[in-house]
Amino acid sequence: MAHGRIRARLRRSHFYTFGCLRPTTTDEGPHPLQGPGFSRTVHCNQPEIHERRPLYYCKNDISTTKYNVLTFFPKALFEQFRRVANIYFLLAACLSASPISPFSPLSMIAPLAFVVGLSMAKEALEDSRRFVQDVKVNHRKVHHHKGDGVFGPRMWQNIMVGDVVKVEKDKFFPADLLLLSSSYEDGICYVETMNLDGETNLKVKRSLESTLFLDSDEAFKDFAGTIRCEDPNPNLYTFVGNFEHERQVYPLDPSQILLRDSKLRNTEYIYGVVIFTGHDSKVMQNSTRSPSKRSTIEEKMDYIIYTLFTVLIFISIISSIGFIVKTKYQTPTWWYLRPDSIESQYDPQKIGVAGLSHLVTALILYGYLIPISLYVSIEVVKVLQATFINQDIHMYDEETGTPADARTSNLNEELGQVDTILSDKTGTLTCNQMDFLKCSIAGTPYGVCSSEVEVAAAKQIASDLEDDDSDLSNFPLPNKKGHVSWENVGVAEEYELETVVTSKGDEDEKHAIKGFGFEDDRLMNGNWLQEPNTDDILLFFRILAVCHTAIPELNEETGSFTYEAESPDEGAFLVAAREFGFEFCRRTQSSIFTRERISTSGKVVEREYKLLNLLDFTSKRKRMSVIVRDEEGQLFLLCKGADSIIFDRLSKNGKIYLEATTMHLNDYGEAGLRTLALAYRRLEEKEYSDWNDEFQKAKAAVGADRDAMLERVSEMMEKELILVGATAIEDKLQKGVPDCIDKLAQAGLKIWVLTGDKMETAINIGFSCSLLRQGMKQICITTNSDTESNDVKQAIKDNILNQITNATQMIKLEKDPHAAFALIIDGKTLTYTLEDDLKHKFLGLAVDCASVICCRVSPKQKALVTRLVKEGTGKTTLAIGDGANDVGMIQEADIGVGISGVEGMQAVMASDFSIAQFRFLERLLVVHGHWCYKRIAQMICYFFYKNIAFGLTIFYFEAFTGFSGQSVYDDWYMILFNVCLTSLPVISLGVFEQDVPSDVCLQFPALYQQGPKNLFFDWYRILGWMANGLYSSIVIFLLTVTILYDHPFREDGQTADMAAVGTTMFTCIIWAVNVQIALTMSHFTWIQHLFIWGSIMTWYVFLTIYGMLSPEYSKNAYHLLVEALGPAPIYWSTTLLVTVTCNLPYLIHISLQRCFNPMDHHIIQEIKHYKKDIEDQHMWIRESSKARQETKIGFTARVEAKIRQLKGKLQRKHSFLTIMSPVHK
Amino acid sequence: MDLDGGSSSTISTGARAIPGRPVRHGALYQFTQQNLPACKPVLTPAAVISTFLLMGFIFIPVGLVTLRASYSVVEIVDRYDIECVPEEYRSNKVAYVKDDSVSKNCSRFLKVPKSMRAPIFIYYQLDNYYQNHRRYVKSRTDRQLLHGLGYNDTSSCRPLESSDDLPIVPCGLIAWSLFNDTYKFSRGPSELKVNRKDIAWKSDRNHKFGKHVYPFNFQNGTLTGGAKLDPTIPLSDQEDLIVWMRTAALPTFRKLYGRIEEDLEADDVIVVNLKNNYNTYSFGGKKKIVLSTSSWLGGKNDFLGIANLFVGSFSILISIIFLVLHLKSPRPYGDTAYASWNKKSISS
Repeated sequence: MAHGRIRARLRRSHFYTFGCLRPTTTDEGPHPLQGPGFSRTVHCNQPEIHERRPLYYCKNDISTTKYNVLTFFPKALFEQFRRVANIYFLLAACLSASPISPFSPLSMIAPLAFVVGLSMAKEALEDSRRFVQDVKVNHRKVHHHKGDGVFGPRMWQNIMVGDVVKVEKDKFFPADLLLLSSSYEDGICYVETMNLDGETNLKVKRSLESTLFLDSDEAFKDFAGTIRCEDPNPNLYTFVGNFEHERQVYPLDPSQILLRDSKLRNTEYIYGVVIFTGHDSKVMQNSTRSPSKRSTIEEKMDYIIYTLFTVLIFISIISSIGFIVKTKYQTPTWWYLRPDSIESQYDPQKIGVAGLSHLVTALILYGYLIPISLYVSIEVVKVLQATFINQDIHMYDEETGTPADARTSNLNEELGQVDTILSDKTGTLTCNQMDFLKCSIAGTPYGVCSSEVEVAAAKQIASDLEDDDSDLSNFPLPNKKGHVSWENVGVAEEYELETVVTSKGDEDEKHAIKGFGFEDDRLMNGNWLQEPNTDDILLFFRILAVCHTAIPELNEETGSFTYEAESPDEGAFLVAAREFGFEFCRRTQSSIFTRERISTSGKVVEREYKLLNLLDFTSKRKRMSVIVRDEEGQLFLLCKGADSIIFDRLSKNGKIYLEATTMHLNDYGEAGLRTLALAYRRLEEKEYSDWNDEFQKAKAAVGADRDAMLERVSEMMEKELILVGATAIEDKLQKGVPDCIDKLAQAGLKIWVLTGDKMETAINIGFSCSLLRQGMKQICITTNSDTESNDVKQAIKDNILNQITNATQMIKLEKDPHAAFALIIDGKTLTYTLEDDLKHKFLGLAVDCASVICCRVSPKQKALVTRLVKEGTGKTTLAIGDGANDVGMIQEADIGVGISGVEGMQAVMASDFSIAQFRFLERLLVVHGHWCYKRIAQMICYFFYKNIAFGLTIFYFEAFTGFSGQSVYDDWYMILFNVCLTSLPVISLGVFEQDVPSDVCLQFPALYQQGPKNLFFDWYRILGWMANGLYSSIVIFLLTVTILYDHPFREDGQTADMAAVGTTMFTCIIWAVNVQIALTMSHFTWIQHLFIWGSIMTWYVFLTIYGMLSPEYSKNAYHLLVEALGPAPIYWSTTLLVTVTCNLPYLIHISLQRCFNPMDHHIIQEIKHYKKDIEDQHMWIRESSKARQETKIGFTARVEAKIRQLKGKLQRKHSFLTIMSPVHK
Repeated sequence: MDLDGGSSSTISTGARAIPGRPVRHGALYQFTQQNLPACKPVLTPAAVISTFLLMGFIFIPVGLVTLRASYSVVEIVDRYDIECVPEEYRSNKVAYVKDDSVSKNCSRFLKVPKSMRAPIFIYYQLDNYYQNHRRYVKSRTDRQLLHGLGYNDTSSCRPLESSDDLPIVPCGLIAWSLFNDTYKFSRGPSELKVNRKDIAWKSDRNHKFGKHVYPFNFQNGTLTGGAKLDPTIPLSDQEDLIVWMRTAALPTFRKLYGRIEEDLEADDVIVVNLKNNYNTYSFGGKKKIVLSTSSWLGGKNDFLGIANLFVGSFSILISIIFLVLHLKSPRPYGDTAYASWNKKSISS
């Protein structure tokens, strides 16, 4: 197998003018090795040395779990008791053994143990998932040197420092390695660092010259060497160390270091020696514990709990004062209490002690005000909600079989309150797959396929035509109605409509060839020979086929070539060239071979292009060129680059097609395509050789200004170009992205794009996602200067400030309500803008803009921007990304969403939710977020209501017992109240409640705004519920006590004792709170019915069973229901009366609210209830299209803008009676 | 060569286990997709008005019936704690009640306002008496009441668990402070027979107080509380004790003393010969004797009826208000003009 593989042993370093020949010896003198921080010594190929101290380094297994078997119990327990409420209950439980406690120890400890145990079980479950993931990584295998030149597989976790490993193509590096040699004979290899920094382009690493001989397994038989280097540190881009081999010391720099979690690409294999293992590796050093996040609702809930604590303390103090008064002045005369032999806690002589101990008693007694089961119920509910999110089939990706995954369940409701989405671009919005879609050659546009943007826009317009017909005809048109004007509109839409038609048929073929979506018979199958300007077309194809740095790879099964290109654009070009009949087939050190099929007959000619020079692409140059000599001996400079750059360098007679091409480029840009211009230049032998001398000189130069020199020399050659044409490549958006963005925008969300890409790309994507559109005012904030001295820095900052102020001013002065602004800022500017003095101004500007795009931002800047938005606006932010470079942002944001797509798992591992595709975000937020928010909000409110209603009755009753701390309820009632009798209904509220079904959520995105506006958890509502609880407690207590006061309660003439009163009161509470929750719900499945009515039934069942136990256990409750209460009509009548009275105000309130001030979901519920949506579908559709937030981004906004534009034109036309040319755009 | 083969099969980097395709039908599918058939009640005007009307129509009759039952009950209440103290002791009632040498006999004359059908229940009512005080409530042991001396752990009965190092049966404050006023009734010359059986809960008699448990060492301490018990009668037959031991919920309470099983006619004068033994003077409590008939509802209880009537009429009032409101300013239900998106466009 190894023999059959073609090894591309190319000295690829030749291609790279800038990248690889960078002198490695210009480093900072002698390394401060052996000093502090630089103590690491690695004995290569001698891992046994590292098994003992002092050279023992940590193992290569990683662990991201919070606990292990031993630490789980204490640590998890500690976590639980960090909650104030739990500490309180723990103290209460501790005191329950003492006579101070009003309850039996069991009734205090059991609920606490239940609650804490459940939470800990959940922790354990979550941690075990992390553990499984770790094990998976630790058990990956890699080839390592077993000795005597034999390599064998070994698990990652067993790799030691000093091991020599062999990593193969497309595998991850198991640890930080020193590159020794690779399958290329000059020891270079390509590395994809997607997981580290999110950059998709490949990076070149290069081994030391002195280790190049280690190019086979056998060579490692006797290899030995010593590396001295820095200690583990998190800096990804530096490395200081040296390598000692055969008494020679060589300095090492980052270009020899292969980092864990990056991937070997385009290289068959490499050999490397392990330097840093496991948690010492740079990527692990970089990883931060994901911060534990809490939702805003839960934070607010803490405040409510503190409020309740205050209330608790307050009423405890009242009660203690009452107790002191009673005890001091009255109890001494109560002979039946034997005041002569009294315990100290009631002793009026020691009133201080008695008072204090009563205070403690009271604090425990009224503990039912604090819902002990709240936390655990919320946790249970959230886990169940998360299960539903995971199960949602509409968020299940068929292609990869990935469901959505709520990785932490404690942010579910936060999903319903998101205000700003910060999105990564590559891999999130786009698939990172480029399709060659259109081109413009010699001023003629080719390619009939439409981009996704065009298709979607056309569809939208087509569907809106009907609806807007009426709108438009209402428009004041003086003479004729609609018809005439519509013809004009029709012309405008024709273009789009046409594309819809054509695109439909192409759907199948479109995906046939990856990277190629071009469709135009004029160019395909050699037909281009019949076109005018054949020469230009030929050149165009040749530039595509020759001007690149890719390597072809023959797929032996199909016999076709695939290309390993640095960027997907380049791959798309080569595929396109191949399809046009210019197949790039071979590359040697000095030549590029293509197979050209110029005639229609299909005869293939192999042509050789001698590659003389290659001028690299850099982000600064924004172009790349090759200088080649073709078979006729002609010298050409072939160049492709950003249009602006190329257009600046055109010769006088090279501008023939400039005007036409520019127009096409604009069209392409509007269609959301990435464009490049192609140009060439014929060179004279003399001119070239002169230039080449200089170029070689620059290339050989050593020193800091080498790059600058090379650039200058390159610049000298890349001029006087002749424009051939332009290409348009579609950076394929992920499925449904524009639609999703549209819906999210309608739901009132703001979307920021943070991308590492260059500005042009970002803007193009902005267009294709409809974040940008024509007519939007783009505010670009940039800096030009590169230098970094201090006063210059100040100047730059002033400049930026100036730009920001101007832009802010501009927005303020804008009168047109429909004007939209887009802010585009690049990474370098961002570094200044994110400094303290500028950031708030920047944020102020950004908030005013409809869309914000940050380009060329580093992972850290992503995190900083996220923090700025989060802290600056105080609103909830959601960050979504797929790569490791998004980890910072994902962790920083209130909610981090990872795309569990193609690339590594880092983003997913750091995220709170993972989804397979961006488009699922819509459902995640608008459906699940909305539901979860309302559920949790209602649930918490209800919880407080219920505990206040219950807890206060204990207080009232105690006041009637001389503040002695006696409770009217049996201990068992109290235990069961929270655990059993009221918990399931509230959980069913939290899990199953739906104000409107999911499809309505999606149809009416405006409903989502209830979350960000926090309509269901504002203080007004919380206090309302608390007041309701207060009212209920008073009603329950007063009515029950008055009815059962001193009268006989049944025919037998017996009066009610404490057990009868307490049980009646408790029955009323159970009924009242359960009926209350039934009133709160708007969605009853059999589950809700079962839980609510089941809870009430459970109470009676419990009471019956409890009453049947021996009186030793049931005490006064013995036969209570069966004998005393059950047959008493007064018991049932009281229950009915109290239940209704308790819920009457709430019922009136919601009836009034719905009647006079209905909320959106009320109206929709009513429409659904009366089935109006079926009767009057037109109304339903109209309303759902209206039901959205005013937005300036997204398709709909785009279409609206277009319609506005047309209307405006029509109006002008009619008012000024001027004849207008047919409308374009 | 085999190295390569081995590696390619063992290392699988990004591959994740693809879970089975979720089920797409059936009840489980509906459940996981949160799409179960559900009833979604909506508070439409009709629903609101009829709900309130319905509540009115339930509560008003219930209120009327209970009120009628309550009115059918005849109740005579007589406070005797002050009147029964001889004039000379009025200034120091505590001394009177504590002085065993003074006769505690006292007669009260009760006039029957309306005819009372048998059985006529006799209650004693105490005011300002905290039977619900925590110390008091706790001071008993149900096991001893059931098992007698066989059960030793009487710690909960403190401070009256033992006397002279002998356990007390029944122990505890509640039993110790047993009410000990006694009543005898006569109508004219004839004595009215008072039935003191079956005044306690049946379950208490049968299951909570031992049939073979006899009072022991009771009220033998230096301080005597309330009544003494006949040590020859088992606890299960000491019904006044059983009634007393069902502690009352509130500081004012009535407890059943016995029944008169003869009808009393209107304007009859009942003479109550009572022994005013029980000390309520030291804490200023009142003592009353109550004669009452009963109905199916129990005793005289106007409040329940009134409350029912009130809630019922309030509901009807609300339903009328809603009706008027809807007639005056109807909001067509499901009218989207009230939706936030439409409101916004109106205002802007």
